[in-house]
Amino acid sequence: MGSNSVFRAVVARVALAAAAIALAAVPMLAEVDFTGTWAKKSQNDNGNAREQVDFLGMPLSPDGRAKALSYNIASLSATERQCQMYTPFYLFVGPFSLQITSDLDPVTQKLVAWKIAGWIDRDVTTIWMDGRPRPSEVAPHTHGGFTSGQWEGDTLTAVATHFKLGDIKRHRAMSSDRATLTYRFHRHGDLLTVTGILEDPVYLAEPYVLTEMFKLDPNANLLPLTACEPIEELPSLHQNPGLVPHYLPGKNPFVNEATEHYNIPLEAVLGGPETMYPEYRKKIKDKYVMPPPCKEGCGGPPTPPAPAPAGRGAPPR
Amino acid sequence: MRRAIVVALIACAGAAVGAQRGGPPPSPKAAAPIDLTGYWVSIVTQDWRWRMVTPAKGDYLGIPINADAKRVADTWDPAKDEAAGEQCRSYGAPGLMSVPGRLHITWQDDTTLKVDTDAGMQTRLFHFGPSAGPAPNTPRSWQGYSSATWQTPRPNVPTQLRPAPRSAGQEPPSGARGGTLRAVTTNLRPGYLRKNGVPYSANAVLTEYWDVYKRPSGEEWLTITTQIEDPQYLREPRLIAIPFKKEPSGAKWDPTPCSARW
Repeated sequence: MGSNSVFRAVVARVALAAAAIALAAVPMLAEVDFTGTWAKKSQNDNGNAREQVDFLGMPLSPDGRAKALSYNIASLSATERQCQMYTPFYLFVGPFSLQITSDLDPVTQKLVAWKIAGWIDRDVTTIWMDGRPRPSEVAPHTHGGFTSGQWEGDTLTAVATHFKLGDIKRHRAMSSDRATLTYRFHRHGDLLTVTGILEDPVYLAEPYVLTEMFKLDPNANLLPLTACEPIEELPSLHQNPGLVPHYLPGKNPFVNEATEHYNIPLEAVLGGPETMYPEYRKKIKDKYVMPPPCKEGCGGPPTPPAPAPAGRGAPPR
Repeated sequence: MRRAIVVALIACAGAAVGAQRGGPPPSPKAAAPIDLTGYWVSIVTQDWRWRMVTPAKGDYLGIPINADAKRVADTWDPAKDEAAGEQCRSYGAPGLMSVPGRLHITWQDDTTLKVDTDAGMQTRLFHFGPSAGPAPNTPRSWQGYSSATWQTPRPNVPTQLRPAPRSAGQEPPSGARGGTLRAVTTNLRPGYLRKNGVPYSANAVLTEYWDVYKRPSGEEWLTITTQIEDPQYLREPRLIAIPFKKEPSGAKWDPTPCSARW
């Protein structure tokens, strides 16, 4: 090796060291790594309601409302409907925490996909990041559908299509197999906010937007299992495979429950896009009377344990 | 080898130029990585029966209150609040973004972002800058004092998290852009998290992250991630994220004073 080569090698090493120092001075971007276990932390009512008919704030179309009012919970025992809760929207209305992993190309170490582990009957959600094409419009639909994502700054935007008809509020309303769900994943330190925008030309009149929050927690409650598998549940449905439990128009027996419990006018309970805008309050102001104090399902602090009765002797060993 | 030298030298030069760039830094207004200005309407798809109407006394579902908070909330009396001139208790910063209504966001000056609400006719001020903080003895207020910072994407995403190359004909992945407004609000006057008297204390700390995004349809959305910490009344932080949609004008702006009952 001549002196020129030695000189070049020294210059190269110095330059590379200087470059490493310069680049190290730029803070690393930690907020785009979603891997880990995330405990569900939101305190909203996305998936909860006491009443079978509660479409408050849901931008249902007339067809969506009719479909929702026909929903009989017994229909879930039909084998072809047992898994209809597990559309991508279940992330917002289900009770589960997230276990997110990254799938890297073994050679290039480039990100191929994010994976959200399954939870009981909900299948793994794969968010493809490798630019693979979306399936054809006529490709078969699954409960989980097809999801691909891309970065927008620090935000991961993912779009899910090709999922089957399914629940968008637990056992209360549905999206069609033509729906599209856009997710936005924002990480802020140990908090993960996911915004979902569901669009459905069949059952929604406007986009249905929900948010959900998670917190990084190695002890999050996880139950990763595989996809829902339907089984025969009710002999009556097995014997009469053409039977679909439902309510005919005007026959849903639960339609007045929310009004009875909360005095909320029925027109609001039945949803529709106008019910999610602030000006709707004016429309119902004169029809609403605050109900009597809450007695059941009121939340609040946990009830402290009852004191042990006196005079019972020594505590059991 | 030559290529390595060139790459290294370019990296060094870039860093040096960045370090030696002269002149004062741009103002927070000029440096804003996202545009929050304009009119925004809250989209009430969540917690409808606690937000769009005044819920029953004693309905605390969804808020992680402790026993002290329940004791206070059980005595809620809107007539008393009205008599005391405190009908804005549910319009303080920790609860305000949950109140159905519209926001009008403007820059008050180069370092202060102003958020007006038509519901309750409140004004929040987000103060940027290193000296941000309430002056000593500043009286507590419904909106408190909000210290704000911009959080921007950084350029060196770890290599393994970069999207793989796309095939020919596909749009390239978006580069680093956008950002987040982070605001921490303190110096609050005690108020309500919910219209029916669920309290927060003067020591509550509100931390928010404001994220905007534009959809292919042109619609612009805002999600406000909200964390309220109040050991006096909450068993754990209250965490909610509230969506808003941008409106083209203030045509639906409807200033309405605070109400203790509706």
